[in-house]
Amino acid sequence: MNVQQKLEILADAAKYDASCASSGAKRSGNGKGVGHSDGMGICHSYTPDGRCVSLLKILLTNFCTYDCVFCVNRISSDIQRARFTPEEVITLTLDFYKRNYIEGLFLSSGIIQSPDYTMEQLIQVAKTLRAVHHFGGYIHLKAIPGASELLIQQAGLFADRLSANIELPTQQDLVQLAPEKKSAIIESTMNQIAVRKDEADEDRRRSSRAPAFAAAGQSTQMVVGATTASDREILTTATHLYGQYKLRRIYYTGFSPYPAADARLPLKPSPRMREHRLYQSDWLMRFYGFEASELTSSDSPDLSLTEDPKTTWARSHPEFFPVDVNAAPREALLRVPGIGYRNVERILSIRKYHQLLLNDLKKLHVRIKNAMPYLITVDHLPHQQPTDSKPQLTTQLDLFAPRSALTGSV
Amino acid sequence: MKRIPLEPDFNAWREAAREALHLGYRPDELDLQDSTAPVTLDLALESAGDPTGVPVTAPHTSKAFLESASVAAAHRDPQRWNLLYRILYRLQSNRNLLKISVDPDIGELERLESQVRRDLHKMHAFLRFRLVLEPGDPNARPIVVDESLPSEPEPHHLVLATPTPFGINRTELPHCDPDPLATPTPSQPDTCEHFIAWYQPDHRILPLAAPFFAERFSIMRWTILTPDASVSWDPAIKQLTFAPGLPRESAPAEDELEDLWRSYYASIYNPARMNPGMMRSEMPVRYWKNLPEVSLLPQLITQSQNRVSAMVTRQQQQPSAQPFVPEDHSLPELRAALPGCKGCDLYKESTQVVPGSGGAHARLLVVGEQPGDQEDLQGEPFVGPAGRILDRAMAELNIDRSKIYLTNAVKHFKFVQRGKFRLHQNPRMSEITACRPWLLAEIDTVKPQVILCLGASASKSLLGGTFALMRDHGKILETPYASQVIATIHPSAVLRARDKESGEQLYNFLRDDMALAWQTAAAKPALSPV
Repeated sequence: MNVQQKLEILADAAKYDASCASSGAKRSGNGKGVGHSDGMGICHSYTPDGRCVSLLKILLTNFCTYDCVFCVNRISSDIQRARFTPEEVITLTLDFYKRNYIEGLFLSSGIIQSPDYTMEQLIQVAKTLRAVHHFGGYIHLKAIPGASELLIQQAGLFADRLSANIELPTQQDLVQLAPEKKSAIIESTMNQIAVRKDEADEDRRRSSRAPAFAAAGQSTQMVVGATTASDREILTTATHLYGQYKLRRIYYTGFSPYPAADARLPLKPSPRMREHRLYQSDWLMRFYGFEASELTSSDSPDLSLTEDPKTTWARSHPEFFPVDVNAAPREALLRVPGIGYRNVERILSIRKYHQLLLNDLKKLHVRIKNAMPYLITVDHLPHQQPTDSKPQLTTQLDLFAPRSALTGSV
Repeated sequence: MKRIPLEPDFNAWREAAREALHLGYRPDELDLQDSTAPVTLDLALESAGDPTGVPVTAPHTSKAFLESASVAAAHRDPQRWNLLYRILYRLQSNRNLLKISVDPDIGELERLESQVRRDLHKMHAFLRFRLVLEPGDPNARPIVVDESLPSEPEPHHLVLATPTPFGINRTELPHCDPDPLATPTPSQPDTCEHFIAWYQPDHRILPLAAPFFAERFSIMRWTILTPDASVSWDPAIKQLTFAPGLPRESAPAEDELEDLWRSYYASIYNPARMNPGMMRSEMPVRYWKNLPEVSLLPQLITQSQNRVSAMVTRQQQQPSAQPFVPEDHSLPELRAALPGCKGCDLYKESTQVVPGSGGAHARLLVVGEQPGDQEDLQGEPFVGPAGRILDRAMAELNIDRSKIYLTNAVKHFKFVQRGKFRLHQNPRMSEITACRPWLLAEIDTVKPQVILCLGASASKSLLGGTFALMRDHGKILETPYASQVIATIHPSAVLRARDKESGEQLYNFLRDDMALAWQTAAAKPALSPV
């Protein structure tokens, strides 16, 4: 089998991992090899499914001893198998990088022999790239759950990002669909990364020469729509993971059918909009101060597919609005639909020198149509919310009745 | 109004602006234009008035303004110099001006700046280098062969040449002398490698974009050509050299590696989640001319729908032996019907089908994986080496072979031919599922008290694809097919054991689980669940 055939098989096997970011790590050029990261992340191309191509995303091998039902590479799946040598991966990475096709390498693997053996193979590639070829580009390594702590520590020295996939939203889902995987083991690997990163960051505050550990932090992925887990459960798990292990990102991948899938899985992809709503909620929790429990309720545990979660929240909390753009604190502005967190910062900075009008918000590209009912500007006061509509008045108001003169009601 | 022609360069504007402020020009008394911009007659004749504003001798400016302005200066908008001067002038009386994004001038500055930054970002993303070899290497070739050029003294001399209205523009690339002793490695390549890219940015951003590439590709020799200017990097002296612009034909037309890159591109997307609109908004069509991979797009987009529906149909039409199983489940009927089974493809290669054998109403039914080499030749289950292990266990437990019913989860031998040997291959989940109707028919007619599954394949057939054998062997489990199912290892695992010791250990598992199954089967059915 030649490199091109292997590349086709092992890229195809890697495409169900949505993670593609190359941001978060800054590394200046070292003058001895190619590569640097400016911390921003660059998408060098886009594929017809709208995804960004930033890293060379491949598996070292798609042989796997596990039998996770949702995974195309499970042992019982009828697919063609291949295995790269570390040298082949290294040459591919450098050749692609030099032509400016990619930002770096995202290397994952099926579990062969044991988690430790697999992790060692991944580390060997990263280590050779960094130590022998002085490669300065981005490296994302998969942390194999259950690999020894020592290997995880080593991996973080060469990789900018580590990720251990949580795979499914709840422990019950895992028991059902991924018998060899346990959330406890996955989470203990996440914990090892988080603890080691804390230590390394602490060391670096004291001495800038201390080695960096996974500068771009860790991320994880969960497959959505393969099981019946509700959005509420998914967001609760997300809150737990962000809080406990300081994850940089959680990727939600809508389940999509793949060749030779198990009969227990749905044949249809989960709606793309569901994934989008989950990302919106994820952003609301991380940058807008929302709690997972505010975005869904136990009565309607799933996010609406037709309305964004911020608007849903705003409609059900009329008592919170309207918010005065020229006076309200940051936390309140962040909750107005149609105003993003960057615009909140700009509003806070502008209003020190200039009272904002509705037209000014238009210039900032605030989505006025969504925001109008919820905010006050110098020249705009929203109408009463239709939700607390009063009963139709049938009698004429008495001008001199004491109550109606004060309140305007009969 | 005074008109000042400027080189399209930020420093030229700074000089002019400082001078104008010093003289006290108000923004509406001044017109700053690119020196390349055409001058109309009435503009040229318009008399320049004297400045009426307050002269500023020590102009105020801020770092933030200079940074924004130097970026916005690369924009092609002809009014950008006037805009920058207007902001600089207003900045003298309002030092917070820059913070008010809703001010029309500041809004315009932010717009220009963000368009240039986006253009920069896209150039960093979508520029593609192509490898050429330089003279000094026997394989080197000129990348532009222009007929009008006088013939070169050396046939392989690398020249970037392009006809312009003012004559032929030639850029000779330095001669390359590779160190014959050094062996090229991916990180310390043959010094004769030269990478060339052609790119057409929207704005004049080459000087802003070049440092990024200099840092990233500092050990490579490279050249970037744009219509406005070109820039080369020499890794030995670590310097950028700017030169006039060149047309697209000056760059190499392809790179061998692009086929590999296209294979990657075609494999990494998910045809079940097409979203070409999203792709076009992030990667607008005007960038496509630089990207080798987009030549695949029409094909990928039209094929993906077919690929997905083919995938789904294949999954719905999974192979099954059901049509071949007779309605009458008695053992003679099943035996008679089995040789005609074409429920999956395994019948094609094997010698014969291997039916189950043993007591027609045995209390214990033992399911193996599939017939092996010997079983395939003899047509009887468990007569090969693994069968002998099973016989040993049964002898130790005093079980008579005729008292139990022995069969396999898959009824045909699956193998690969290696020389004169036929090597056993694990059946796939789809084959196990396809063959299950036969097993269920056997269970239906034998009606055993207990089913003993040997190995993972048999367990998966009756206990589901995710059954974990080493964790759950030797446990009595309830299934829809029989109220008591026990799983244990396959006797062939004993044969494959690493050493004698672990072989014995595995054998003990097998014997103990079998003993449990035999005792459970022999016991009278319990009246109430224990």
